[in-house]
Amino acid sequence: MIAYIIRRMLYAIPILLGVNILTFVLFFVVNSPDDMARMHLGMKRVTTEAIETWKAERGYDKPLLFNQASEGVGQLTDTIFFQKSLKLFQFDFGSSDSDRDIGYDISQRMWPSLAIAIPVLLVGLMVNITYALLIAFFRATYIDIWSVVLCVVMMSISGLFYIIGGQYLVSKLLHLVPISGYDTGLSAIKFLILPVLIGVIGGIGAGTRWYRTLFLEEINRDYVRTARAKGLSEVVVLFRHVLKNAMIPILTGVVVVLPLLFMGSLITESFFGIPGLGSYTIDAISRQDFAIVRAMVFLGSVLYILGLLLTDISYTLVDPRVRLS
Amino acid sequence: MSDILLKVKNLQTWLGEGDRPVRAVDGVDLTIRKGETFALLGESGCGKSMTALSIMRLLPPAGRIKGGQVLLGKTSLLDLPEFAMREERGGRMAMIFQEPMTSLNPVMTIGQQIGEAVRIREGVDKESRDLRIIELLNSVGIPDPERRVGEYPHQLSGGMKQRVMIAMALAGRPELLIADEPTTALDVTIQAQVLNLLKTLQQQTGMAILLITHDLGVVAEVADRVAVMYAGQIIEVAESERFFRLPQHPYSQKLFQSLPDSNKRSQRLAVIQGSVPALNQIFTACRFMDRCHRAFGDCHTAPEWTALSDDEGVRCHLSEQPELLQSEVIQQESHQPIASGVGQAPLLDVEDLKVHFPIHKGVFKRTVGYVKAVDGVSLTIAPGKTLALVGESGCGKTTVGKGILQLVKPTEGRVTFETDELTTLSSRALRSRRSELQIIFQDPVASMNPRMLVSDIIEEGMKAQKIVRDSAQRRARVMELLEQVGLPADSASRYPHEFSGGQRQRICVARALAVDPKLIICDEPTSALDVSVQAQILNLLKSLQLSRGLAYLFITHNISVVAYLADEVAVMYLGRIVERGSVDLLLAEPKHPYTQALLSAVPVVESTSRRTVIRLEGDMPSPANPPTGCHFHPRCPIAMEQCRTAYPELRPLPDGRLVSCFKVEDGL
Amino acid sequence: MMGELVILWTDALIFMLVLFSMAFGIYAAGKEHLRGPWGLVVRSRVGVSTLVILSFYVVVGLLDSVHFHPLLDSKDQAGQQTQSAEVISLFDYLVTPLRERQEKTYSAPLATHLYAKESIELASGEVVRDFPRLTFGGAHLENPEQEWSRDIWRLTGIGVLKGLLVSVVVTNILIALLAGRWKTSFGAVAKVLIKEETTVPWRVLLATLSSVILVLFWSIELSSQYHILGTDKVGEDVFYQALKSIRTGLLIGTLTTLVMLPAAILLGIMAGYYRGWVDDLIQYTYTTLNSIPGVLLIAAAILMLQIYMSNHADEFNSLVERADLRLLFLCIILGVTSWTGLCRLLRGEAMKLREVDYVQAAVAFGVGHFTIIVRHILPNVLHIVLITVVLDFSGLVLAEAVLSYVNIGVDPTMNSWGNMINSARLEMAREPVVWWSLLASMLFMFVLVLSANLFSDVVRDAFDPRLRSSR
Repeated sequence: MIAYIIRRMLYAIPILLGVNILTFVLFFVVNSPDDMARMHLGMKRVTTEAIETWKAERGYDKPLLFNQASEGVGQLTDTIFFQKSLKLFQFDFGSSDSDRDIGYDISQRMWPSLAIAIPVLLVGLMVNITYALLIAFFRATYIDIWSVVLCVVMMSISGLFYIIGGQYLVSKLLHLVPISGYDTGLSAIKFLILPVLIGVIGGIGAGTRWYRTLFLEEINRDYVRTARAKGLSEVVVLFRHVLKNAMIPILTGVVVVLPLLFMGSLITESFFGIPGLGSYTIDAISRQDFAIVRAMVFLGSVLYILGLLLTDISYTLVDPRVRLS
Repeated sequence: MSDILLKVKNLQTWLGEGDRPVRAVDGVDLTIRKGETFALLGESGCGKSMTALSIMRLLPPAGRIKGGQVLLGKTSLLDLPEFAMREERGGRMAMIFQEPMTSLNPVMTIGQQIGEAVRIREGVDKESRDLRIIELLNSVGIPDPERRVGEYPHQLSGGMKQRVMIAMALAGRPELLIADEPTTALDVTIQAQVLNLLKTLQQQTGMAILLITHDLGVVAEVADRVAVMYAGQIIEVAESERFFRLPQHPYSQKLFQSLPDSNKRSQRLAVIQGSVPALNQIFTACRFMDRCHRAFGDCHTAPEWTALSDDEGVRCHLSEQPELLQSEVIQQESHQPIASGVGQAPLLDVEDLKVHFPIHKGVFKRTVGYVKAVDGVSLTIAPGKTLALVGESGCGKTTVGKGILQLVKPTEGRVTFETDELTTLSSRALRSRRSELQIIFQDPVASMNPRMLVSDIIEEGMKAQKIVRDSAQRRARVMELLEQVGLPADSASRYPHEFSGGQRQRICVARALAVDPKLIICDEPTSALDVSVQAQILNLLKSLQLSRGLAYLFITHNISVVAYLADEVAVMYLGRIVERGSVDLLLAEPKHPYTQALLSAVPVVESTSRRTVIRLEGDMPSPANPPTGCHFHPRCPIAMEQCRTAYPELRPLPDGRLVSCFKVEDGL
Repeated sequence: MMGELVILWTDALIFMLVLFSMAFGIYAAGKEHLRGPWGLVVRSRVGVSTLVILSFYVVVGLLDSVHFHPLLDSKDQAGQQTQSAEVISLFDYLVTPLRERQEKTYSAPLATHLYAKESIELASGEVVRDFPRLTFGGAHLENPEQEWSRDIWRLTGIGVLKGLLVSVVVTNILIALLAGRWKTSFGAVAKVLIKEETTVPWRVLLATLSSVILVLFWSIELSSQYHILGTDKVGEDVFYQALKSIRTGLLIGTLTTLVMLPAAILLGIMAGYYRGWVDDLIQYTYTTLNSIPGVLLIAAAILMLQIYMSNHADEFNSLVERADLRLLFLCIILGVTSWTGLCRLLRGEAMKLREVDYVQAAVAFGVGHFTIIVRHILPNVLHIVLITVVLDFSGLVLAEAVLSYVNIGVDPTMNSWGNMINSARLEMAREPVVWWSLLASMLFMFVLVLSANLFSDVVRDAFDPRLRSSR
């Protein structure tokens, strides 16, 4: 087990390196620091000096990969690749193009993100599983058929519509909660209710439909027939046998996204004006602040790999057949 | 009669919706008495499992019971509401299934699963429940039950799982146990254990068993009475003893004649022509008429049930004229005498073949051990001869076949085919020699690409080997081959799924023959087929051998097939051959204790040749971690001290066979 | 009329895709295992009705993919007709009135007046603040307050009548064709159709087709005099925008998969079939790509493209071309982020298949690796590819809206539902709300995605026998 985890961690290094090289190529080779400077300073009529100053202030004046001016190790370390990309491995995100400490920003902004993402995940999971179990109990009846239709309809509606519609209905017409904004402490709740509700509703269609498939798949297994042959009632069969087995794919599906919850939801956060990592990313994209985008790419990759590892570990916890080696 | 436990009257079960539902069970009548073992015998698709599931009311969603009556004692099961039916399921009647691998919940411990059944019957007192679980596990012969209750199904072997299933069924102290092919997925030695267990339990508890099976041997071993099912109906019911002595229905008679054994070596096996009719039609004629060798005018109307005695009967028009029923003259075609191939140089010479699969572990996936699937196998096959490689599942016999063909790269050893050493050939040279060694697989469904036409499938080898370059000639050759294996010419332009299992296996034979091989490795080619179809394939293989001088390496676990087909036999246990010799010698007088046990465990049809079963304890160990010394010693009834430390060499006996056993050496 | 044809990159690809699908159709018609499931699809009621709706979208999309320079009325010195520098599509040409009748700013659906008060100078020279009349919407009405509703009903009546007429004609043609094919009388076919005793649910097909035709004629009739879905900020017809957005949605949904398919199929099968270092390398590649959050990768790539384009502005002939290239690039980058799922699926399947008996048999015949892959592995994973393509489609259409909202989607000048939503969102705060752009785009998108989702369910059930048996 421990050997397995260590191996997976070692395997993560080349992957993160790959991610870094890819973003490096995108950000510094295709789009050179000169281009960035020009874009930040205004496209036309920029003096070369202004560009050089801008670059020097942000440490983009170094060579990309190899610094002939330096000596010894400095030839490799005193470069943009080392300073800007490899430093990420120490979780040293540096400062943004508008001179803010990215690490600090992230640590501040992850809490609002989690405040939305975790309730959405948990409530959504509960709602979807309950609904899917209900459908599975009434399988092959009209309840089943119409529920599936409802799910397909719900998943065919754009997420944007849920948000805009929800904001319009709940906040603008009914004035139940504020349209957008955020506060600290308990007073945040009134800002969170609507985004959480919308997040849950938006996920019902796809989630329930998937869980239903999982349940029905399990219901057709031989061991369910064995359980019925014992004389167990349908409810016991459903809860003790079907649910328990179907929880394996459900749980592992949840575990893989757990770390990524930190990243927040881009759309929800920006619509509701929540100062989380999602809106942070969006702002960075629209302000074309590459330092932040770079940091978020790296963070996302780390969390994704962590999610994969956690998934494997969670398999061993819920499925007695799986042993890691 | 008061001793009647279960009475099924005119049971009808349909599968599927629409205007042509499958009438899987079409008017079945059964009577089972208290304490008896009643066997329901039939080939796949005849509706025997559906009958059992209908009785339990556990049909799959597509199935529904259209009519009839099922009486358990005085209770009419089909009229019970679902909650009352639950009381009967697992209460007065219980069921065990064919696949012990999938029939247990993988994420619950054995104890929990048996506990569930106990709890329904005995209440919730945890202490007494735990005691009862242990007691049940003890009664089905699971060693060390206190430890086993906490284990998960995947930690148990197939035989153990089936025992757990039986324990679960016993929890409600049933009066009727329905066993749906309980041993089909198990090896013969394990099958013997489970059948024996069922018998013992029946004696202890006095329950009746409804045993559903396709295996005449199993019926002969355990059944008191037999019902034969064909195409959704019961066509014959008889006392077991009478049934095996004097079967009445032409179908039953043919079944017996199609069984291979050593006495029929020079004959062609009897076959039942054609295949089972589709059940989504309404029959007006006798269902068996099209395949029956004794069909006559009356058969165009469906025969009624004719009672021969109180609880025996047959559904055949011949029974209305008793003098006709038994007057059949059995005519057996014989094979041409076999041309002697003695003295020829061996076609294939395998020496010390080893196939090891590495086990990786640790941070850097170091190789920490090997699964020794094949661990030093030597054998030779002469041209035109058949060597049977016999063993239980997991002994490595299939890997030997693949190793010889270089489908799996051997770890060590030499495979000499004619003059070429296959293991050292370049892949190019090997490719060009591949036409001479061919293979036929066990699963007729998986062995053909479902996306290709039969003609393309057969042509594939010819194209790859560039045997016939001209497409018209290839075409002609496909037709020729199809005719040789007994398939109509229009088969060429059809897809594999349009054929039955037996026909598909014929296509596979044709495909192998297309490249004119000298040796065909047959990997359990008949084990997925019904007995009557198996006979067709065996006949085909035998006649091809005679006409073309083919040599076979016949991999199987079926001893009667070996007796019918093989010239030489090699018995494998855990990656090594334990005994090798000519078929007559080895089957008549096995020397190695494993061979002895294996042969004795095979259920036989003839009551006269029944021998005492040598029961082997436990299961075959894992090839990743074989026992020290002789691999067989932990299960060997005659193991000595020496066996625990050293592996006995394969030594020749005076009668020409080779045995690897210290005891046999000592006996010399 | 039509001047010089302009073939945009995406146009070329879309017609290549059409050709490819036709070729595949011909190939599939000869293969029982591919024809059979499609037979099941057209036998399902949901299958045929969604197919009708989807083909309506496809027709609009295809018409909108033939671009050219329109000819101007004037002639140049050589007596040749001059052509405009503007690039329009066949679809634009067909709906010219919709395209050209621009209002000043917002107006509500079917409105006769603008949405905002303006200072209007009356004939008397007096200036009042009122809602001014629209230049085109309901301009034929003398007295809108009284005539408006009657006019709407009149146009509706005419539209429905025309629609019914055409539906009846279409139905009769179809019945006649079927009668010819089945070699029975017209009446007999009609009877069978009405009772729905046919294997292909023709009745459902006709019903859907008729409803589409009815809606179509109704909207044609109404839009000849009004802006049926209102106008946007610069006075453009919203109905026209929504229709134009169909092409964008379809392109994103199909080209993306087309772009990623070769890589996914090739790499997936290679990884599963060859195992060893090939597998390691391919797995590494897709894990790395997968671990970058998709949105960020797209954002980064699109930002790069923007910078490149603004630095090399002179390389593009027109705005249309520029927007088109950005669309293509978006498809490619979406493809890069989405091929990994299919690749992993195919790897697993190829890994299973290489151990299957018929592949082993082929090896035993000495068949080469390439032939084995082409003849045995590829045909047996094709259904997975097909299911994935169909399933991915609706997700991609929805993704476009989200990406455009974040400004990393299609070019802001391009018509797309995402852009429509994005611009409409800013007006949600207005009082009263400007809701029609939003609703129009949502509606068009919803119908497309719902049909695609239902259709993909039918396709998956038909092609995945495992699912079929569990029903």
